[in-house]
Amino acid sequence: MSTVVSADPLRSSGLRARFRKRIPQAWRTPLGVTGAAVAALWILVAVLGPVLWPYGPLAQDFPRLEAPSGAHWFGTDELGRDVFTRVLAGAQVTVPLALLLVGLSVVVGGVLGLAAGFFGRWVDETVMRLTDLVMAFPIVILAMVVAAALGASLVNAVLAALVVSWPAYARVTRGLVVGVRTADYVLADRLLGFSALRSLRTDIVPMVVGPVLILATLDIGTATLLLSGLSFLGLGAKPPTAEWGSMVSTAVQNFDSWWLGVFPGLAILTVVMAFNFLGDALRDAVDPRTAGVLGKAETR
Amino acid sequence: MSVPSEPSSAAEGAVADRDTHRPGHPLARYVLRRIGVSALLVLGVTLVTFVLTNLVPGDTVAANLGQQAAEDPTIVAAYRAHYGLDKPLPEQYLTYLGNLLRGDLGESQQTHRSVVADLSAAVPATLEIAIGAIVLSILVGVGLGVVAAVRRGHLTDSALRLVSLVGISVPTFWLAMVAFYVFSYQLDIAPGSGRLSPATTAPPDVTGLYTVDSLLAGQWVTFGDAVAHLMLPTLVLTLYTVGLLTRFTRSAVLEVLDQDYVRSARAKGLPGRTVLVRYVLRAALVPILTVVGLAFGALLSGTVLVEQIFSWPGMGSYAYQAASHLDLPGVMGVGLVVGVIYVVINLVVDLLYGAIDPRVRVT
Repeated sequence: MSTVVSADPLRSSGLRARFRKRIPQAWRTPLGVTGAAVAALWILVAVLGPVLWPYGPLAQDFPRLEAPSGAHWFGTDELGRDVFTRVLAGAQVTVPLALLLVGLSVVVGGVLGLAAGFFGRWVDETVMRLTDLVMAFPIVILAMVVAAALGASLVNAVLAALVVSWPAYARVTRGLVVGVRTADYVLADRLLGFSALRSLRTDIVPMVVGPVLILATLDIGTATLLLSGLSFLGLGAKPPTAEWGSMVSTAVQNFDSWWLGVFPGLAILTVVMAFNFLGDALRDAVDPRTAGVLGKAETR
Repeated sequence: MSVPSEPSSAAEGAVADRDTHRPGHPLARYVLRRIGVSALLVLGVTLVTFVLTNLVPGDTVAANLGQQAAEDPTIVAAYRAHYGLDKPLPEQYLTYLGNLLRGDLGESQQTHRSVVADLSAAVPATLEIAIGAIVLSILVGVGLGVVAAVRRGHLTDSALRLVSLVGISVPTFWLAMVAFYVFSYQLDIAPGSGRLSPATTAPPDVTGLYTVDSLLAGQWVTFGDAVAHLMLPTLVLTLYTVGLLTRFTRSAVLEVLDQDYVRSARAKGLPGRTVLVRYVLRAALVPILTVVGLAFGALLSGTVLVEQIFSWPGMGSYAYQAASHLDLPGVMGVGLVVGVIYVVINLVVDLLYGAIDPRVRVT
């Protein structure tokens, strides 16, 4: 690559420009690039699935509780399953569900926030008081109550997490909508005869989408932590599903075998870190004012 | 904010006029309104916990009675009548509210003790960790955030950013397990699980906080043991909130550092430290306070997970046991207490706003 650069500066600058175009500038910080790479790696692991697994994630074929070795990089668990395989398989559970949770939160919170900000009056009051109520609880405790009430399963864990995570999006979206609702260009289009729906679609939603998507990126890590936390408590994935949080919780019962808990935990840590690095790089790149709005909503 | 006694200009007269129309001192009005809003929120909290716990498809009877008992209709009917489960929901809610006003949260279907008694043992246990953790987080997090902002772009800033991002990325339950394994199990530096060592008896109950109670009773050994047991769970919980507070303090301070009045203060030759503390930090305090309120919520969430690992008999453990057994009075009790703690924290934050920033009081 470097010889090409010196041999033909014109061509290389064209290449570099194209290369730059493809990667958003915001992500081109060391942290952003690291985050993107690790996140891509985990998504790849989830997509490829069985191709990468050395053994079956549920196969109880091996001696129990063996320390890491050449044959079993992360050792074996209390039922004689290969921990490395189960950590890889866990990517197929946690990563898609975290993305699903964030997607659902964006849709539910976004629609309610749009409605609240655009229609104002009682719609606004109702939605905002609802967010107040949900936000009056620490998230894990409320999610735990909902998950326990619905019955322990991964789908219910996502639903429970959705109950606690939509308000952040509703608030941010509402704030953004209120900001542009009375802007001259929106009013002008309304005067031209745009219906409420058309005004929403053409004038308002495009202004809101960007910041909300950034918030969503920032939130993937939190969603992963919440879901694996619920599974750790036994309110999400059921055994024998290879899920990182529940793997850590079985490790608590087999304390001598440190490898049971360390590796699934590292998997959660790297996924969450990757998305947090990405989100942080993105946030740095956006307008400082939106960064403030996002910052407040992110922590809930 | 005092109302001028003799308005000297039209503008001041208008202000005085507006103020005299509403009764009371503006600060008093602000405080009263915030308290009113918080009281409404608490009512909402009771409603949410009640609705959530009663719309459950889960079968509370099967979860709390043995299988044999659950098949016997007379036992089930007696059980439902005992806990008032045979009445219509609105009536159950009103009964619940009425009992609540008398300080009665009902009887736990799990422990068969009153929820108030259960919680009065569990709440101090959790607060002991949470208070230590939040104080430590504020000291460390705000300190690091200010350093990062002042050294913006330097190596220190980048290093602190990395540390804070890792801090908010570590799964609390996993960190708790690793810390317990390393420091307690392998190195034997930290004591085992629970609030006290098995050989130590609990100090006489005054506040429920073992550290305070043992000091009051002059039991130094017990005090040392309680502190030793508090160390690990507190430190584990602190990491996440330190990460959170560092990030937000940095951005809050950065925003103020760019203001004209800070530049003026520098230009007129004030020493850097004075500018930082008197001008920058004071203005950055309002956004930082908001995050402290949120961080406390995150801490309470974290305790649920951490208490599992350290067998800590706090609210988190109680909530978990109540939730997984569908013990409705227990769940509602925890939800209520935690919700109220949260509302109170946010009320305090709001009131501090009013004290720090006079503009807040007017609106």
